[in-house]
Amino acid sequence: MAITREQVVHVAHLARLALTEEELERLLGQLDAILDAVSKVSELDLSDVPPTSHPLDLVNVLADDVPRPSLPREAALANAPQAEDGAFRVPPT
Amino acid sequence: MIDTLRLTAGDAKAMLERGEVSAEELHAAYAAREDDVHAYLRRLDYAGAEGIPIALKDVIGTEGVETTAGSRILKGYVPVYDSTVASRVKDAGLSLLGKTNTDEFAMGSSTENSAFGPSLNPWDTTRVPGGSGGGSAAAVSAGLAPWALGSDTGGSIKQPAALCGIVGLRPTYGTVSRYGIVAFASSLDQVGPTAKTVRDTALLYSLIAGHDPCDSTTVEVPPVELPSAEDLQGVRVGVPKELNEAEGIEPGVTDAARRAIDLCSELGAEVEECSLPRSVEYGLACYYLIAPAEASSNLARYDGVRYGFRAETGDDDLTELYERTRDEGFGDEPKRRIMLGTYALSAGYYEAFYGQAQKVRTLIIREHAELFERFDVLVSPTSPTVAFELGARTANPLAMYLSDLLTIPSCMAGLPGLSIPCGLSDGLPVGLQLVGAQLSENTLFRVGHALERAIGFDTVPERLR
Repeated sequence: MAITREQVVHVAHLARLALTEEELERLLGQLDAILDAVSKVSELDLSDVPPTSHPLDLVNVLADDVPRPSLPREAALANAPQAEDGAFRVPPT
Repeated sequence: MIDTLRLTAGDAKAMLERGEVSAEELHAAYAAREDDVHAYLRRLDYAGAEGIPIALKDVIGTEGVETTAGSRILKGYVPVYDSTVASRVKDAGLSLLGKTNTDEFAMGSSTENSAFGPSLNPWDTTRVPGGSGGGSAAAVSAGLAPWALGSDTGGSIKQPAALCGIVGLRPTYGTVSRYGIVAFASSLDQVGPTAKTVRDTALLYSLIAGHDPCDSTTVEVPPVELPSAEDLQGVRVGVPKELNEAEGIEPGVTDAARRAIDLCSELGAEVEECSLPRSVEYGLACYYLIAPAEASSNLARYDGVRYGFRAETGDDDLTELYERTRDEGFGDEPKRRIMLGTYALSAGYYEAFYGQAQKVRTLIIREHAELFERFDVLVSPTSPTVAFELGARTANPLAMYLSDLLTIPSCMAGLPGLSIPCGLSDGLPVGLQLVGAQLSENTLFRVGHALERAIGFDTVPERLR
């Protein structure tokens, strides 16, 4: 097995996913198969190869530091499932 | 009477300029056609634009128009601003016909991962239109839109174009703004056009490409040249062995691609075999580490707080709200990729999976760069198979992932790719993939246009003629 049930439970918590028992079982098998396939990358000795994080030759793209209007508060809150007093409403942590 | 199945965007534009038709009549002609392939998630009424109409994939944010990315977690989400590409097509006068179906968060190769049901292939409605942009491809193929925009991470424009017998361009990474687009994997995502002809595709690309101050990954783009040459004199065509002989390519697909490659020689191109030894062998594994890793980060924003779906939970636990919202809101494929990506990025596994995949990506970039010292364009089939039956690959994620075997390597390298229809296999369209060096879109348009003329493919599905 490339991945254990305990690891799947741990990763689901890291990803904030409340998986059902049935989902957990199914994902365990699928992730195992997928991880087995993608582990192929470890066949190569790439100790001398630098990593690529994106395919463009751009570095340090900076915007002019000029204030400009942002979204009005009502617009920013327009899609909120729950808003109150100009803020997003959530349960306590 | 406007025949929307045959009318190209270029023809529609010319008719409009000559005053033979109004923008409203054009919009109405497309809107009147029944959507029997579920290309659209929602269709829009004519709203006063003066140009020809267009359809947009539902990952493209549109102010005042629900944008779901095919996900239950974004159901009811109405953007309060336009994406840059939406505002560019509106500024160009284009009239929005609607938002097209997509695999959830553009994750898939068949549209079967859409939370709102799959789209169907206009050539055979028992088969998939490809994905993730199957809705946009089906809309253009079935005469429901003259052209459309999609987004492509590992093949989501090119592969549906191939399976529906139309043209699709994944532009060079950085040429089209992603501002306002629902993000999947940010080092790969790219917006691009799909249409019935290469000229239409080039024209639509010219309307959306260019630097955008709102997207710091965008670059200056050379002026777009609409193609007209019908020969390939002086063009150096490479035929990468691994992309043309990979296991799983159907014989009918190989035959159609081979005929198109022979045509390249007849049109005057120098054609030579070449090799991408590691890009194809390791490309898929590299992609299915990097894309899910980035997706797991991008999809962290869906938490039931600022927009979209929120699960019904008690009023005393924020973590429970996050976890239940995400479990009930996401479908199976996003969950799989979030889990895979979170695992690949987690402590103890980062170097072995994500870090190693980033190095493989460097190899893929180098291999392609070496070939572009000798060639102007690389050709291969776009998809290993023609359109497959609905349900054929849904039970096996790895089988679905193999749909993108041939499109993924050039995406990893940030290169532009054009898919054009090159023939039929068992009555279903086959796509030919043309890959160029970064910012070589004009070369792809030239080669694609000349081949398109020589091939003479009829883009109207046989059952609709």
